[in-house]
Amino acid sequence: MFDRILEVLPEIGVAMGQTLTMLLVAIPLAVLLGTPLGVLLYTIGPNGLKHRPKLHRILDGLVNLIRSFPFLILLIAIIPVTRFIVGTTIGTAAVIVPLTINAIPYFARFVEQNLSQLGGGVVEAARSMGASRSQIVRDVLIVEAKPGLVSSITIMTVSFISYSAMAGLVGGGGIGDFAIRYGYYRYETPLMITAIVLMILLVTLVQLGGSYIARRLDKRL
Amino acid sequence: MIEIQNVSTSFDSPNGRFTAVDDVSLHIKRGTIQGIIGFSGAGKSTLLRNINLLERPTSGRVLVDGVDLLTLSDAELRTKRHDIGMIFQHFNLLNNLTAQENVELSLKFAGVGKAERRRRAAETLEIVDLSDKAGAYPAKLSGGQKQRVAIARALATEPKVLLCDEPTSAVDPRTTASVLQYLADVNAEFGITIVVVTHEMNVIKAIAENVAVMEEGRVVEQFDLSELQRPGFHPATQSGRYLISDEIQLDRSAHATAASEGLLNV
Repeated sequence: MFDRILEVLPEIGVAMGQTLTMLLVAIPLAVLLGTPLGVLLYTIGPNGLKHRPKLHRILDGLVNLIRSFPFLILLIAIIPVTRFIVGTTIGTAAVIVPLTINAIPYFARFVEQNLSQLGGGVVEAARSMGASRSQIVRDVLIVEAKPGLVSSITIMTVSFISYSAMAGLVGGGGIGDFAIRYGYYRYETPLMITAIVLMILLVTLVQLGGSYIARRLDKRL
Repeated sequence: MIEIQNVSTSFDSPNGRFTAVDDVSLHIKRGTIQGIIGFSGAGKSTLLRNINLLERPTSGRVLVDGVDLLTLSDAELRTKRHDIGMIFQHFNLLNNLTAQENVELSLKFAGVGKAERRRRAAETLEIVDLSDKAGAYPAKLSGGQKQRVAIARALATEPKVLLCDEPTSAVDPRTTASVLQYLADVNAEFGITIVVVTHEMNVIKAIAENVAVMEEGRVVEQFDLSELQRPGFHPATQSGRYLISDEIQLDRSAHATAASEGLLNV
């Protein structure tokens, strides 16, 4: 059994590398693009700094639309978009596109939720100090929401470790795909267990790290 | 200093149009401490927010230092707000910033450079005797200390006016005295015009020179606190008398108690 594991060890290494690549590209991109989208959703929402009912309804609907797709179907449905962006429809790069497209509205919702939970007091104080809307977002809302946002990034990363397992469908690889190929299709249970243990380790590390950073940033207690 | 002229403020609510402030005129002299008292829902907090346009009046004029705020552009209004500090019942400090950083925030919004911000924030914290707490986060401060940080934050931009919305309603009586002492001190030392909104008459008695009594959105009477010393002086309105009496009055007849609890059909 251990011989077999050792035999495919290089492949396990490659699979782990692919998973990490997917996460390290998709998650930062989602944070980078999802944050402004989430801020916008909050700002033009009913309790935001500048309520824009029509625009809010459109954006809100768009976010719901993308979030409604089961990831497996999104993966296939946006193949033309994937081809346009990365020039290929198979491999790790091709999975990163749907992962990112799924993660952006996912994180935007987290941002919107974190901001709306802050309460109006600090915003009112900032307005009384003559802050502009962008200053309120940058220097007040984001500052106060930071610990919550880190927790949200953690939750998102864990979810996307799971989503990344579907990458095999377009030849994207990754540790989840490895578990499916060897464990499920070839009945090599020890290899499946090895892959699953690695995923448990990865999730645990992400969760521990995320919780630690969030706790360090949170000054409420 | 502050001229409120025929100000009305209404809101659209699901139950129809609600008028929070109803045709109020009030003149607040430079360097004085003006009290505004009333029961919950009397419109006193809305009136206070009319002074820095956190709440825009539906009609009327608001002049601060001779400038009609309602004629200002957004950018001009933001600049003007650096001259009008404000503190709140629940302090409204940023939890994730230290006392020092909270104070620096108002200076940052006023466009003050980093080094200058640090210097002036430290100076202002000294006024409220919190230099030793500069690095502390709000969670580590008592209610009184938080309100003092909020006072420092409001004072850092050297405003001419300080608006206080129930500044002592969330702290205990001894802390109330200390917070009011700092407010009285900054009034005396810097000549800052202070407007205090509260439902506590003892706060008004302790600090204000003049009080406006509000009821259902209107100022129903206004008098100098020195009047209270004059024998035979009585507030003209029931709200005024109740607030002055400073006592909780109950109707002890069983009938009234049961009726108020809805146990009797009366």
